[in-house]
Amino acid sequence: MEYLIGIQGPDFVLVAADNVAANSILQMKHDADKMFKLSEKILLLCVGEAGDTAQFAEYIQKNVQLYKMRNGYELSPSAAANFTRKNLADYLRSRTPYHVNLLLAGYDDTDGPGLYYMDYLSALAKAPFAAHGYGAFLTLSILDQHYRPDLTRDEAVDLLKKCIEELRKRFILNLPSFTVRVIDKEGIHDLETLTSGPK
Amino acid sequence: MATRYDRAITVFSPDGHLFQVEYAQEAVKKGSTAVGIRGKDIVVLGVEKKSVAKLQEERTVRKICALDEHVCMYIFFNLFMFVQPFDISRVECQSHRLTVEDPVTVEYITRYIATLKQRYTQSNGRRPFGISALIVGFDDDGTPRLYQTDPSGTYHAWKANAIGRSAKTVREFLEKNYTDEAIAGDNETIKLAIKALLEVVQSGGKNIELAVIRRNQPLKILEAKEIETLVAEIEKEKEEEAEKKKQKKST
Repeated sequence: MEYLIGIQGPDFVLVAADNVAANSILQMKHDADKMFKLSEKILLLCVGEAGDTAQFAEYIQKNVQLYKMRNGYELSPSAAANFTRKNLADYLRSRTPYHVNLLLAGYDDTDGPGLYYMDYLSALAKAPFAAHGYGAFLTLSILDQHYRPDLTRDEAVDLLKKCIEELRKRFILNLPSFTVRVIDKEGIHDLETLTSGPK
Repeated sequence: MATRYDRAITVFSPDGHLFQVEYAQEAVKKGSTAVGIRGKDIVVLGVEKKSVAKLQEERTVRKICALDEHVCMYIFFNLFMFVQPFDISRVECQSHRLTVEDPVTVEYITRYIATLKQRYTQSNGRRPFGISALIVGFDDDGTPRLYQTDPSGTYHAWKANAIGRSAKTVREFLEKNYTDEAIAGDNETIKLAIKALLEVVQSGGKNIELAVIRRNQPLKILEAKEIETLVAEIEKEKEEEAEKKKQKKST
């Protein structure tokens, strides 16, 4: 039902998430924000079991902030991703596992941009592009076809638009709008919300 | 008389003293002087820096620490329990944000630290924290705050205060010089803190560590150079004042 996508460029990461919060057959919110700001240059996109998403993501968010207070500098994206993975893995074999699928996107001042794919079984993979949800089945092939490692920001946004167009055309559910953000060495920037018109 | 009632923390003396707590308060009075000033749009913490040994890395001797983005604390500590209050407070700041979705107010975190200290004055087998803390910051609504905690676990809000070795002298200076004009601007407030410390510290920016928080901005620790510049300005102002007085006298 929910859709997340991330595309990494040479000096930025572009991420987008749909804006629907649903409960059985009803749309509860049409402007839900599924991205959690872990630090000035790291975003965590989180979908999955209702309640688990916010609970887990906010817990990670506050722990990343605590690290910053204790140590005087922020966790790198790869450290934050591994920290998240470890937490998710620990909870997995407890009586209270979290059922969440995540994308972690960040910019490290030394290593550059990074996109990490993590699923509810706590599998972590660094990837140039990734997606979660049923929409991923429809759009990964588009990304395979058109992705280049040296995309400019505009080209990445065009690629994103192609993916959303495919969802509009072939995905049975209507996902009318998507929050889009870019992370680069200046930080996190909001881009224009992308809308998906009627079929 | 005192010696029979000061072994255990949980024993009152016949004249109503808890000697262990009072001894802890004495321990605090031996520390380096620190001053905290609440301005209009800025809060300032200044600390007399103990001289650092030649081979020692200066930056590891920090006693002013950020607790959260809008709150920082200076602890005078004499003994070994100093890391705990900092860390416990930091965890509490984030925990509060997680449960309540709001940053802590300065009073809340002060109360939390004070309660922690109070517990150690009322259970056996533990001694009080030999710690006094100055906590400064801004609340969510933009009000600047300065609080001081005591080894006994009490805390009070202040407009300006000093703790440590020559606290009395500094406090008297502040009582005389804390006026609305003195805190009219950010720079003036910082200079007031430096002037207060200069009363008791060997002169020079090298012996002063200064931290400021401006509203909606993170904690900033001033560099030695900036402090030197401000000290030079203060000395110049003093000279100008002295000149004016001399001229007045002669006319």
